[in-house]
This record gives sequence, structure tokens and C-alpha cells, in this order.
Amino acid sequence: MSQHTDSYLQIRNNPKFISLVAKRNRYSFIMTALMMFVYYGYILLIAFNKEWLATKVSAGSTMSIGIPMGLGVILFTIIITIIYVRRANTEFDTEAAQVLKEAQK
Amino acid sequence: MVNRKHILGGLLALLAAGAAVAAGADLGNTQKQATNWTAIAMFGIFVGITLFITKWAAGKTKTAADFYTAGGGITGFQNGLAIAGDYMSAASFLGISGLVFANGFDGLIFSIGWLVGWPVITFLMAERLRNLGKFTFADVAAYRFAQTPVRSFAATGSLVVVAFYMIAQMVGAGQLIKVLFGLEYTYAVVMVGIIMMMYVLFGGMTATTWVQIIKAIMLLTGATFMAVSVLFQFGFSPEALFTKAVEVHTKGDAIMSPGALIKDPISAISVGMALMFGTAGLPHILMRFFTVPSAKEARKSVGWATTWIGYFYILTFIIGFGAIVNLIQNPGEYYVGGEIAKGLKGGGNMAAVHLAKAVGGDLFLGFISAVAFATILAVVAGLTLSGASAVSHDLYATVFKKGQASSEDELRVSKITTICLGALAVVLGILFEKENVAYMVMLAFAIACSANFPVLFMSVLWKDCTTKGATIGGFVGLFAAVTLTVLSANVWEAVLGNPKGSAPFPYSSPAIFSMTLAFFTIWLVSILDNSEQAKKERALFPDQLIRSETGLGASTASSH
Repeated sequence: MSQHTDSYLQIRNNPKFISLVAKRNRYSFIMTALMMFVYYGYILLIAFNKEWLATKVSAGSTMSIGIPMGLGVILFTIIITIIYVRRANTEFDTEAAQVLKEAQK
Repeated sequence: MVNRKHILGGLLALLAAGAAVAAGADLGNTQKQATNWTAIAMFGIFVGITLFITKWAAGKTKTAADFYTAGGGITGFQNGLAIAGDYMSAASFLGISGLVFANGFDGLIFSIGWLVGWPVITFLMAERLRNLGKFTFADVAAYRFAQTPVRSFAATGSLVVVAFYMIAQMVGAGQLIKVLFGLEYTYAVVMVGIIMMMYVLFGGMTATTWVQIIKAIMLLTGATFMAVSVLFQFGFSPEALFTKAVEVHTKGDAIMSPGALIKDPISAISVGMALMFGTAGLPHILMRFFTVPSAKEARKSVGWATTWIGYFYILTFIIGFGAIVNLIQNPGEYYVGGEIAKGLKGGGNMAAVHLAKAVGGDLFLGFISAVAFATILAVVAGLTLSGASAVSHDLYATVFKKGQASSEDELRVSKITTICLGALAVVLGILFEKENVAYMVMLAFAIACSANFPVLFMSVLWKDCTTKGATIGGFVGLFAAVTLTVLSANVWEAVLGNPKGSAPFPYSSPAIFSMTLAFFTIWLVSILDNSEQAKKERALFPDQLIRSETGLGASTASSH
């Protein structure tokens, strides 16, 4: 760590770094909360309202509402992960690289 | 008529055990079937190819870094496949499709549970792990803390999780070989132990990674072929598939709606928490994030892993319904004595295997059987490697040698540990043959989410966390998870044989209590800790944050 001591001191006080950390933490927690809401929402729906989930998608169909919803939770899980990875790999990484560059001046 | 006694036998046992989710992990007791030479030959080819790769990997495994992390040179895409290969077990393939076959909708609830941990790893763990760690998750948990206590805790957490997960896999291997290949239980346990030891001992992480990648590709290809064949039969109309399934299934329209799996909301949430946060505390999964060169690649890995695993669970759902429409209409071929009343040949978990024969003939049946068995090898290799690294890197090099061990010494200890763990796995696999191991994978998840995850989370994200807080909180979580599991019906009644309804702890998983308790203890002990050491540790947080957020000073791909 020693060879980076100056860089560390510089980064600590860099407002860009402070705002990056705040932004990333907020984003991580919002995304986690969203995932928990969708998953536990689905589980609690199963626990408390099986009848509604068993309702047919449309009159005369066999498929119940619960099936596309369940598959929807799987797709949601994949999509929300990819959205985070994309933003972190572009926006956040660019800003982090910027912070590092300023520290090495 | 579908006989509940056989097809639902395993399921009812699980419900009685209250372990709703364990079906994804338990293959139960099986009956030995006729010897299947096609499957054995295909498995032989898989072993041949993977041992050849191991030979190549052995040439590249010279240092401890090569052994633990394949030198950090795996790409995000490769690692994503390897993670999927590490995580998709034989039990989730056969168990979930078998559950869909028996119950329809309820199988879907399981698949979702096994997937939702991945976004949590992505949002909270992947990049921070990669930036702070080198070989094991203890590197991350102990980054700014006193090494001896935190490492000792993390190594204990790793080894306990690995042990329970491993026993479940070994017993599963023994049960599976009886139905898939028609061989003896003991053969499977000894064979898995030896082959897995060869992968890890000679090829380290490089060989383990490629075994996992090849297995993931084989499993995804085979499952895709089955799902597409099923959809093809119905002109790619899910509605037509469901209509036919409801028509032939004894439960009729009930397979379209949630059944009895989720009864009390506290158990449901608790099991959900164990899966969601436990995934982010599994040492063999966390270790995979050190095999890529940067945080960017670590995120790509988890993006790909989530995609493949999610896709796989959608396939198992289609496969389960495909089994309903294909098998029930041909009882002579797939049921014991040709009578549906006697249940599927080989048990309810064989739905996917029989479907393989229905859509692809004997050759494809051999392929799927070989894949299902190869799956276990890939998982146990990953487990052994993470167990060996906890002993050699955390306990030997850091705690015992105080960081003064040379790379050669560390590597030698890893290899000795690998042999010991392999032998131990074989012995435990044989000892537990007749035991009920249904609770073990869920217990591993409960410990991972109540001990490993809270310590990692707090040490990385909470500036006031201290050595005492992390160590005491971690051990409290570990102890609570184990104690409450023993007091729950899964062990108290199903294993210890106490009368039904006597279990002191009424819920299926301890996670909701034990994880909360761990977080609370870490918080309480940390804020009460005003020692000089604690002040120093808090002062190190800003620099840790800089490294975890920007990757400054993070270990890079090994240079040689």
C-alpha cells in the first residue's frame, strides 16, 4: 500500500470520489431492495393469495397467472443484474478511472 | 393414475421434514437399475477429456496463485460459465424437474429461490471482492482487521459450509450412480473422490475451471435440446403443453397453481433469505471472483452466470412439463412394472432422465446420465479447492506462519490438504450412505448467510466494524444457524427420530433469526469496542474503501 500513499490521500479528499461512492452505494442498495421486493412479494403472494395466482390468464386458457409471473421473476432477476453490470462497467468504471488519473498527476 | 406413494414419496418426506427447498438438493434413497453401458462410456469420455485438460493445466500450475486462482487470467465470460457449472448441481437439474413433474407449479418456486442470490452478489459483493481479495474471501473479510481471529473465523465458516455441502454431494453421487449407471453406491463415492482429487491436486484452479465450463456447456446443451424437443411437440405453444399436461396429470388443473409448499410465511421468508444471502457467502463461489483479472471482468462473470443459471431453471420447468406429457402416456416404458401406480423407474427424480430417452433415444439417455453424474465432479472439485485454500492460505500461511510462508510451502500444504479432504469426503460419503442428508445443503446455505455473509458485508461496507465485532458476530451467527437447524424438524424429527411435531424450533430455516442475530452482534460488539486496535481499524477504512471502489493497489493477474 505504501507506494500509493500519496494517491490515497489525494483520492480521499477528491469530491469526485466521494460522489462516486455515494452514487454506487445508493444504486447497489436500491437495486438490492428492488430485488428483495420482487422476490419476497412473489413469495408472500403465494403464502397469502394462492387463489388469485391460480386465476387463468384469460377465459378458457389453461395457464394460470402465477406461471408467467414466476417466469417473469426469473427474467427480472437476469435483467436487473445485467442493467447493474452495464452501468458499473461503463459509467462507474469511467469515473473511477478518472479519480485514479487525477491522483497520479 | 399417478401413484402418490412413489412419485410424491420424496416430496412428502420433505414436507414432513419441513424442508421445502431441500428437494433441490436431495436425491433421496434410490434403487439400483440395470447397468447402462452407453452412459458409462460417455462418462468415461468426459473423464478422459477432463483428465487430459488437467494434464495441460498441471504444466501451468506452478505457484500458489496458479493453484488458487488460475493466475487470475480467466475471462469474465469463461468465469461466468464456470460459476454456472459450479452452482448448477445434479440435484437442481433432476430434483427441480422431478418436482415440476410431480407438482407442476411448485417446482417454479424452487427455481426462483435458487436464482435470486445472484443479483445480491452482483450489487454488493463481486467488484469489492475482486478489488480487495487475492485468494480467499477471508482476504477480504480480514483486510483491515487483526488477521488471526478473523481468518480463523473465516476459515471455520468456509470449512463447515464445504463439509455439509460436500457430504450432500457425495451421498447424491452414490445414490445417482445406482440409477444412472446401475453400479454400486461405493464405486461412485470412491470414483468421485479419486477423479476430483486428480483435478484439484494436479490442475488446481485451471483444471477445476475448465471442468466446470465443460460441464456447464454439456448440461445447458442437453437441457436446451430436451426443452426445445418438448416445445416442438406442441408447436412451440406453452398453452398447448400446459393443456395436455393438465389433461393427463392425476392432479389435473392443480398443477397450474401453487400447492402446499409454502404454508407459513415466516418459513417461506426465512428459506428465501438463506438462499438469497447464503449464495453470497458460499466460499467456493466467492473464490471464483479471484480468477478474473479485474473488477470489470468480475461483474461480467456474474452477469453471465446469472443469465445461464436463470436460463437453465426456465429449461428445467419446461422439462418437468415435458416429462408429464411424455412419460405418463407411456407407462410400460417408464414406470415400475408398467404401472403408474408403482411410480417412475428409479424414483421421482428420474423424470428428466426418462424424458431424455423419450425425446432422444438410448444414446441421448446415456449422454444426459453422464452429464448428471459429471455435474457432481465439477461441484466437488470446486468445494475441495475452496476447502484446501481455507486451510493452506488462511490457517497455515496467515494464522500459523503469520504471513511468512513461502509460495512453495503454501502450495505444498494446499496439496496435502486436497488429499486429506478427498479422503475425508470418501469416508463421509460412505458413512452417510443410509443417513438422511436432506437438511445438509440448506444448513450450508444457512451458515453461509448467517456467518460468512454478515462478516463480509460489514467489514467491507461499514466503517465502524472491528475485529472483535466481526469475529464474535460471525461465530454467533454460525452457532445460531447450526443450533436452530438441529432444533428444527429437519434434524430433530427427521434425523434424530423424535416424534413428529416435537421440534422446538418451528420453522424450515433459521436464516431470518440467525442472520439478524449475526448482524446485530457485529454491530453491538463493534460500537462497544473502544480499544486502540479498534481505532486503528476504523482509521484504515477510508483506504480500504478507495481500494474496493477504484481497484487501486488491487492484486493483478500474476506475472510469469
